Amino acid sequence: MFDEIFANYPWEDVKTSIYAKTAADVERALGKEKRDLEDFKALISPAAMPYLEQMARFSQAATQKRFGKTMQLYVPLYLSNECQNICTYCAFSLDNKIRRRTLNNAEILQEVAVLKEMGYDHVLLVTGEANHTVGVPYLKKAIALIRPYFSHISMEVQPLDQDEYEILMAAGLNTVLVYQETYHQENYKVHHPKGNKSNFPYRLATPDRLGKAGIHKMGLGVLIGLEDWRTDCFYTALHLHYLERNYWQTKYSISFPRLRPIAVGTTDNTSLKSFATYMSDKELVQLICAYRLFNEEVELSMSTRESEKFRNHVIKLGITSISAGSKTNPGGYAVEPQSLEQFEISDERSPQEIARMIRQQGYEPVWKDWDQALEVVS
Amino acid sequence: MTEIAALTIAGKTFSSRLFTGTGKFNSAALMEDALLASGTELVTVALKRVDLAGKSDNILSYLHHPQFNLLPNTSGVRTAKEAVFAAQLAREALETDWLKLEIHPDPKYLLPDPVETLKAAAELVKLGFIVLPYIHADPVLCKHLEEVGAAAVMPLGAPIGSNKGLRTRDFLEIIIQQSKVPVVVDAGIGAPSHAAEAMELGADAVLVNTAIAVSENPVQMARAFKLAVEAGRLAYEAKLATVQKFAAASSPLTAFLED
Repeated sequence: MFDEIFANYPWEDVKTSIYAKTAADVERALGKEKRDLEDFKALISPAAMPYLEQMARFSQAATQKRFGKTMQLYVPLYLSNECQNICTYCAFSLDNKIRRRTLNNAEILQEVAVLKEMGYDHVLLVTGEANHTVGVPYLKKAIALIRPYFSHISMEVQPLDQDEYEILMAAGLNTVLVYQETYHQENYKVHHPKGNKSNFPYRLATPDRLGKAGIHKMGLGVLIGLEDWRTDCFYTALHLHYLERNYWQTKYSISFPRLRPIAVGTTDNTSLKSFATYMSDKELVQLICAYRLFNEEVELSMSTRESEKFRNHVIKLGITSISAGSKTNPGGYAVEPQSLEQFEISDERSPQEIARMIRQQGYEPVWKDWDQALEVVS
Repeated sequence: MTEIAALTIAGKTFSSRLFTGTGKFNSAALMEDALLASGTELVTVALKRVDLAGKSDNILSYLHHPQFNLLPNTSGVRTAKEAVFAAQLAREALETDWLKLEIHPDPKYLLPDPVETLKAAAELVKLGFIVLPYIHADPVLCKHLEEVGAAAVMPLGAPIGSNKGLRTRDFLEIIIQQSKVPVVVDAGIGAPSHAAEAMELGADAVLVNTAIAVSENPVQMARAFKLAVEAGRLAYEAKLATVQKFAAASSPLTAFLED
């Protein structure tokens, strides 16, 4: 299990060793064909900044070789904003006085109709954590309900047990995203003071449970802005490295959500910059390229949290899938468009506008890249 | 002008020995142009990319040319069971018995599973499919596949998408020497010179995708591959000169026999 590996990497040691990397370490990493975790540290270190253009070139070439000149499109479908957790950064946090809503079957189908109209074939189901109303039975029903409409169903909800994942996979679930948020064990408690989510070890072991369940694809990541991003992202790479060797039949993707202003918080972009944990655009590009140079096969995903201009440029540097036209409130597409969003969308272009932009960049937008028929659950 | 010999697989004759893939192109229209330029007559399509509901951006609508025969592939399946299921769906949707059998339980390097592939091939042949399995350059496995009725074998030259060329050359030579069914070198062919090399070795055909699709100019690259495959085949048919490994001047060791 990953916790045994994790125990060998104390946070401060990792952080120190990343910041101690030199230009020589970066050059050695760039010169290699297969790069290891120490190379990854060098590539995300401040010492790699002067090599960003070279990293971007390598990253673009490696990504095109593996994924071609294509860009996958997916869209989130928020089913519920009910949540029993307190997370200091999230609009759905239990202590936020917002109207709570969980979509019923008819409402889900209303939303689905809009997503199909937009052209989507890959949907990402999202909920908060409210086990009584939005537990496994609800999720199973929702997956079975929408399965006829999508060739690929992903899910981003609370961590579950292995047998619960197996139930949902049998219902038609293909991919599970479960972000650690942060690998800083002590501060994890500070960011997640109340609710099931405050159980760090259970969350940390989730990818192991998914791997044992035989999930087709899983998504990893941290929420960038909670802790030092370089250190946190090293743990993501370490986790990926471990998972690939142990659950070699599973596909992996990584996301790098940067904290955005939330509905009830006071943070805006200017005050974000004053945080010690702030990540600049340049650093995000560095991270994307470093992930690609570390692992040529991992999918890298980018949401509408990022701005129009940034997304236009960055999709050519290593990204393999993006969302577009997203709503982060349950019912946001059709049922109740005016309700409160989980986080503010930065790139508000429609899926068709995004598809046009992708084509203008010389890439083919791919709506369908899976088929339910390919997975026979025994 | 000498024409290269036609290739026959399962009773179907191909004048082009360049098979092509359809993934990784930056647009379906460009893919169509490149495939036309390549002269290919057998085009493989991933079932997972085909929209069976038949919407507008469907990849199939760009492949409606009489010279293109479709070769559906099972890319994405992890077991023989999944492969058989997907194959039946492909047959129904694309109305062809031809199938490129790909089973790669490892989504990282997409390496084929020899055990599951042999199992699936045997079953699919019984179900009437024309099976072209994608496999390692393993001569014994190729013989087993031949025995269960595979229409051809498709050993890899190097890891798929790697563009590294014929890293398995020594094994390919054995396979070509032993095989009773056509040998199609698949995966790893990154340059026209690699394709020519495979043809010179005596491969019956090659399958190329990434090297054409990801090129700066896929149409021109497709044509380059067409020429390389033809050149390699012509050279093979004309009997390449063997590399002289010995000198023939004096005979210090055997001269006494002439005394």
